[in-house]
Amino acid sequence: MKVLIIAEHDNLVLKSATAHVVSAAHKLGNDIQILVAGHNCTAVAEQASHIEGVSRVLLADHASLVHQLAEAVAPVVMQHARGMTAILAAATTNGKNLLPRVAALLDVAQISEVISIIDASTFVRPIYAGNVLATVQSSDPVQVATVRASSFAQAATVAAPCAVEKVAPQTAQNQSRFVSASHNTSTRPELGSARVVISGGRGLGSAENFKLLDKLADKLGAAIGASRAAVDAGYVGNDLQVGQTGKIVAPELYIAVGISGAIQHLAGMKDSKVIVAINKDPEATIFQVADYGLVADLFVVLPELEAAL
Amino acid sequence: MKIVVAVKRTLDAYVKVRIKQDRSNVDLASAKMAMNPFCEIAVEAAVRLKEAGVATEIVVVSVGSDKVQEQLRGAMALGADRGIHVQADDELESISIAKLLRAVVDKEQPALVLLGKQAIDSDNNQVGQMLAALCNYPQATFASHIAIADGQATVSREVDGGDQVVSVTLPAIITTDLRLNEPRYAKLPDIMKAKKKPVEVLTPAQLGVTLRQHLKLIEVNDPPPRKPGVIVGSVQELVAKLRNEAKVIA
Repeated sequence: MKVLIIAEHDNLVLKSATAHVVSAAHKLGNDIQILVAGHNCTAVAEQASHIEGVSRVLLADHASLVHQLAEAVAPVVMQHARGMTAILAAATTNGKNLLPRVAALLDVAQISEVISIIDASTFVRPIYAGNVLATVQSSDPVQVATVRASSFAQAATVAAPCAVEKVAPQTAQNQSRFVSASHNTSTRPELGSARVVISGGRGLGSAENFKLLDKLADKLGAAIGASRAAVDAGYVGNDLQVGQTGKIVAPELYIAVGISGAIQHLAGMKDSKVIVAINKDPEATIFQVADYGLVADLFVVLPELEAAL
Repeated sequence: MKIVVAVKRTLDAYVKVRIKQDRSNVDLASAKMAMNPFCEIAVEAAVRLKEAGVATEIVVVSVGSDKVQEQLRGAMALGADRGIHVQADDELESISIAKLLRAVVDKEQPALVLLGKQAIDSDNNQVGQMLAALCNYPQATFASHIAIADGQATVSREVDGGDQVVSVTLPAIITTDLRLNEPRYAKLPDIMKAKKKPVEVLTPAQLGVTLRQHLKLIEVNDPPPRKPGVIVGSVQELVAKLRNEAKVIA
C-alpha cells in the first residue's frame, strides 16, 4: 500500500504540516513517499528524509517548479501516481489548489480537509464549516485527499534519513506564470498556525481601539484575528477574519474579545483547545463555547490582563 | 469576451444547519436556501467586467434540481444575460459537476469561467480546479483581484501567509475569494427583467456526459460538544486558571 505525500515547503524549509500528514498516511499504507516539487529545494528533501516512517523522498527540482503552480506540479504528481493507493497533501492553500487538479486528471473524487481516517477508504471531514462531520466512503482505486494538519499528530524526526531520489520532472507549461508574492510582514505568528490567537469583535468599537489587542498579543506571542463584524465595520482587513468565510483556526488558546459569537465566527474557532471569552453581555453566544468566560467591560479588562501576564 | 459563471444553491449562510434524525444527511427540508456566498462574488466579478467593457456576455450555469433556476434568476437579476440549467441530482460530487461544466465550456467556448472558491455546504473547494484540469486550462484560485488585458488575466490570490499574483492565459478558470468584491443587491426592476431572460435546460445525456458515483455518504454527526465552561469573576482568576488549570500560559 503506497502513499504519496506532496510536501508543503517554500524551497528552503519543509513546513511542519507535512509531518502531520505523514501520521495520517500511516492509516492508509505502509510505503510512504514524499514528493518535494520545487527548485533549489534539496534542503527540503533532506528535512523530509528525516521524518519517521517515510520510506523514500522523491526530489523533483526544476526551475519551472519554483513557485509550485498547480499547472506545473500536477503533471509531476501524475508521473508518480501509478501504483499509489493514496495521494495526500496538507489542507493548505497550496494543497487545496493542487490536489483537485490531480484528482480530476486521475478521474477520481477528492476528499477535502480530512480530520479522521476510519479505514483505507473511509474518512471523516467537516462540512458546513465544521458544524457537521460527514463520514464518507470512497470507491475509487486511489484516495486523493487533503488532510487538516491539526487533526493528526506530528510524526517524529529520526537521525537516520531515508533515501532521496532525484526524479526528472515533466513540467513544460506556459498556461500560467508567477508575477509576484507579498508576505505578511507582521512579526506575529501566522493566524492559521499560531499557538495563541487573540480576536477582536465589534465590541472594540473602532479601528483605533482594535490596536488595544496589539500589546496583549505581543505579550503572549499571539496572532491577531477578528470577527466578520469587525471586518465589515472596517476595523481591520479581511485577512484577519476568523470564521466560516475566513480562516479556520485551532490554537492552544483562543481569546475572543468583544465578540458576540455568531455561528459563522464559532465555525472558525470552536476547535481551539482552550477558549476565553471577554464580553460585557452575559447572554453573548460566545460564552456557550468558552472554557473561561469573563463578563466585563473589555476596556477595563484589557489593561488589567496585560498587567497580569 | 464571453464569461461563464457557475453558481450553486446552498443552505442560506445565516441559517443553522440541522441533521436528520437517522443521521443519514443534513436536513434541508423546508430550510431557507440561497446562492452560495462565494458564487455571489463570482457573479459580481463577472458583472463588473461587463460594466467595464471587458466582457460582452455573461452566461450563468447551475447544476441541480429545478429549484436551482431560482439562483439562475437571481444571477440574471444581477446582470447575467442568460442561464443554463443542467438537470441533475442536488448532491452531485465535485468531479461530476466539473465534468458537466466542462461540457458546458465546450459548448459555450467562454474566455473565462468564474466560480466561487468553495460552497459553504460541502466545503470542498474543488470544482474550479477540477474543471481547469478537465479543460486543460490554467487556474487562478482564491482570487482577491482580477485584471484582464491582452488575453491574460492577472490575478491576486489569497494564499497562506500573504498574496500571490499570477498571470494566466485565457481561456482560464478563476475561483473567487471573499476580498474580491462586495456583491450588490438586485433591484426590483432587474428582478422583473430577469424573469424574461432565457434559461436553457440540459440533461447530462444531452451534454454527452456519463456520471458515476465515487463517494458514499455513510453518516453525518454533530461535532463533539465542548465541555461546559466556567464564568470567572476577575482577571486575576482568569489568569490563574489559564496558568494552573489549563496550563496554556507560562
